[in-house]
Amino acid sequence: MPERFDAIVIGAGPAGLTAAIYLARARLKTVVIDNAAVGGQMNLTHEVANYPGVQGISGAGLARVMKNQAVSFGARIIGQADVTSLDPAGPEKTVEVEDEGVFTAPVVILATGGLPRTLGLESEARFKGRGISYCATCDGDFFTGKDIVVVGGGNSALEEAVSLTKYARSVKIIHEFDHFQAHPWAIAEAEKTPQVSFLMNQRVVDFVGKEGLEGVVSVDKTTGASVTVPASGAFLFIGYVPNTSWLKDMVELNERGEIVVDQAMATNVPGVFAAGDARAKRYRQITTAVSDGTIAALAATEYLTTLQRK
Amino acid sequence: MLDTNLKHIDSVEKYQGMVKSGQKAAVVCGRMGPMCIPVYGVMEALEGKYPDVHFYDMEFDSPTGMKTIRSLPETRAFNGLPFTVYFRDGKVVAATSSIQTKQQVKAILDDKMA
Repeated sequence: MPERFDAIVIGAGPAGLTAAIYLARARLKTVVIDNAAVGGQMNLTHEVANYPGVQGISGAGLARVMKNQAVSFGARIIGQADVTSLDPAGPEKTVEVEDEGVFTAPVVILATGGLPRTLGLESEARFKGRGISYCATCDGDFFTGKDIVVVGGGNSALEEAVSLTKYARSVKIIHEFDHFQAHPWAIAEAEKTPQVSFLMNQRVVDFVGKEGLEGVVSVDKTTGASVTVPASGAFLFIGYVPNTSWLKDMVELNERGEIVVDQAMATNVPGVFAAGDARAKRYRQITTAVSDGTIAALAATEYLTTLQRK
Repeated sequence: MLDTNLKHIDSVEKYQGMVKSGQKAAVVCGRMGPMCIPVYGVMEALEGKYPDVHFYDMEFDSPTGMKTIRSLPETRAFNGLPFTVYFRDGKVVAATSSIQTKQQVKAILDDKMA
């Protein structure tokens, strides 16, 4: 027997949890489902320094507060549970969740977030945890006194490259373009750090080594010249892709796989809203995810009210 | 002690007892950091689904961690937290370094612990 809710939120990152806070506070029966840890990518942030009103908190800590807030208003939150099917068509949406059962609701909010972008190289998987890392604060001390590489050119890449100089002897930033996407202050900080050097306009094509990583092979995108940079570690900060591939043919996605929404976070399917990093937008921050979640929940509440009046 | 709902291995004696018992076990050796917390969550979620497997955590920076999981030949080349080691019949049957998804952990449990 399916369990009926007013709203089903898929994804328990900041967007999904915020939506749940608003929905549950509006006394709507709400369930939040996530296939991983509650908190989403927020959990991967060692310290959140720019979330207004909260000074110095870990991403996991902020996630815990948001979760507790949603639960305190009556939302049910299920982590580590796979959505095995979603039928968003029609007035009553159906979501099947592994080991939990079938849920229905007139409203679904898709807050499925993003997944770390990978280079897609076989050797990347082989050296994960054996030289390749995605977290400077977690793994930086393994590379004390060693030469390492940072791949990427955004704020995360440049900031983490500088922070890794606390441990590493040298940090070479390898970037695919001839300019950085990071903010000017992050670029300036990296440029003035003596242990940091740059290799621009490159395509990383391989990671090499025996038991552990020993070098990063990259190719100059203009000349085609190949170089192997000796490195015991490689930290990859090359952004995120929206976690939406499974939503293809259910809601409209753009060419980057992001969910297309209007100003009320409504998708092209009535009763289905989207919020956070999975939707098409320029800036992806915890604060913007929280904003999306708020708007989606308010719009969903209005949608439900309209349905009841009919 | 790590703030998880897993059973803790906090002494070399407990570790040796676990190995000697021959039990099926997964030990996550880490810190309370961004790459480790999701793995503890995965293990907590799977604990009820694999009743014959024992799920433990261990503090990476403790003397116990240094003398046991971190000293295994299987983790020698690891440099990504957490170190997760799977035991069966007193032997290491799998070991992973860095964050793992539920699907990746399930794949190991289904393959090595079934």
